[in-house]
Amino acid sequence: MLLLLGIFLSLSLGRYSNDPVKVLNVLLSKIGFDVPVDPAMVSIVFNIRLPRVLASVMIGAMLSLSGAVYQSVFRNPLVSPDLLGVSSGAAVGASTAILLGAGLATRQMFAFAGGILAVFVTSLVPRLLRNRSNMMMVLSGIIVGGFLSSVLAIIKFVAEEQTQLASIVYWQLGSLASILGRELLAILPVFLICSILLLLLSWRINILSFGDLEARTLGVNLRQVRTIVIICASLLTASAVSISGTIGWVGLVTPHLSRLLTGSDNTRSMPITLLVGAIFMLLIDTLARTVSNVEIPLSILTGFVGAPLYALLLYKQRTRLE
Amino acid sequence: MNALLQVKELGFSYDGSRQIFKDISFEVVAGEIVCLLGPNGIGKTTLLNCLARLREPLQGSVLLNGEDMADLPAREIAQVIGYVPQTLRPSFDYTVLEYVVTGNAPWLGTFEKPGPDHYQRAEEALEQMAISHLAQKAYTRISTGELQQVSIARAITQKARLILMDEPTAHLDYGNQLKVLRLIKDLSAKGYAIVLTTHNPDQVLLLDAKTAVIDHESKFHFGPWQEILTEQLLSAMYGVHLSLIKVEGIDRMVSVAPGL
Repeated sequence: MLLLLGIFLSLSLGRYSNDPVKVLNVLLSKIGFDVPVDPAMVSIVFNIRLPRVLASVMIGAMLSLSGAVYQSVFRNPLVSPDLLGVSSGAAVGASTAILLGAGLATRQMFAFAGGILAVFVTSLVPRLLRNRSNMMMVLSGIIVGGFLSSVLAIIKFVAEEQTQLASIVYWQLGSLASILGRELLAILPVFLICSILLLLLSWRINILSFGDLEARTLGVNLRQVRTIVIICASLLTASAVSISGTIGWVGLVTPHLSRLLTGSDNTRSMPITLLVGAIFMLLIDTLARTVSNVEIPLSILTGFVGAPLYALLLYKQRTRLE
Repeated sequence: MNALLQVKELGFSYDGSRQIFKDISFEVVAGEIVCLLGPNGIGKTTLLNCLARLREPLQGSVLLNGEDMADLPAREIAQVIGYVPQTLRPSFDYTVLEYVVTGNAPWLGTFEKPGPDHYQRAEEALEQMAISHLAQKAYTRISTGELQQVSIARAITQKARLILMDEPTAHLDYGNQLKVLRLIKDLSAKGYAIVLTTHNPDQVLLLDAKTAVIDHESKFHFGPWQEILTEQLLSAMYGVHLSLIKVEGIDRMVSVAPGL
């Protein structure tokens, strides 16, 4: 409900006109009601605002859900798609694709390959060092992320300045301004399939979060379930990154917020995470395009909103973390 | 009575060269308590893990209801064997009920979620452990003694007929140690078979259990404690002098150090 209201309000806000009644009329006329409409408004709502609103909803949901899943599977409330290097990996993959002049589909595939490779390496380091503490996982993520950001820098360095570099930088800052309906359609199947699979597996994800030993004594096919879950989460992150660049904080903050609302049981907290993420991103993107005359990059806003929010959440759950 | 678990000439090695233990054979029937006794580092937990198929033995086999566990899927093993680890390391604050209900996992399909029946079964297990009042508490915020009970409640929810416990008294204060031993006794009276590891020989006497000993020379002994435990074996095993004496008044044997 809140999400639908948010979508409507966001559709109403923008540089051209801020009249919700006009927007309502546009929507009503679309579904067959005979109401007076402003033709310019129709075009703005359907061609500019709607793809963008849908994109922010989807991306918020994707990043949040994958964040929640990573936190459970890696038994670590501190990880997020960014920290595990998935976002950077996907960014490296996607910019390589831009460098090669590839199209949208290739960019998505490259982003996914980069993301999954990064999460694999990040989870390998603690295993190789035989130290599976939360801290080691965080450090490993920092190592992988740091390395990948250098790779990204090299890619930018060799990119052709006028065209490739510009599009990499623009894309990387995280903007939904240039989102196209086509791009949305490209990630929609990934969004639907992975989200549904993850929600179906949410109870098994609880069991994964107990650790390997307990999961195995409960007869869970550990390798199978964990592989499905990690691939789905990485696909979600990579798809989001491939169209919107890296957007920080969402995947870290919203799972915490949701657990605070519903408790830790993933069967309840995961659907809420999805919604909270969607609403959060919608809010951020609406702010990004309405607060000033210039479009503010999303990562800047998610940082401003997300970081203090995270601090507040940590304060609230301080007794739960050790 | 048919054996629930048959261990046949079991041997294990981590690296393929250094043998942790070998030639271990014994049986466990329903309602029986078996204590794996031995000094630290001798391989008690490793043996226990082999019984739960958490580790694959190098030699020999373990039969569950007459079937080789190597041929059984993890799910079917989990329908019979419950495992209570030495310590739980929670990373999220699930409620006790949410935690215990996961005992239903071996009985549910991969995409299934627990329904009202499954929650009811978990609640009944909590009732059996007399910890119903903890159901809505976060399992990160209860005492280690309570956590042990929660863990056992999950094994009961699992409908396990054999419960393996790794050092169930290790992190408990003296009162709670005795309470857990009492609980183990009750479970065996209800027909559960229990295999536990301990390094305190007196617990074997308290439980009046069968004992499986891996001694200091890695030799394996198995049988009722009366036939296995001697002062010589205990003293050699732990490297200190230990006495087995009958205490008048409480009318039981105890294993104690005669002095320092």
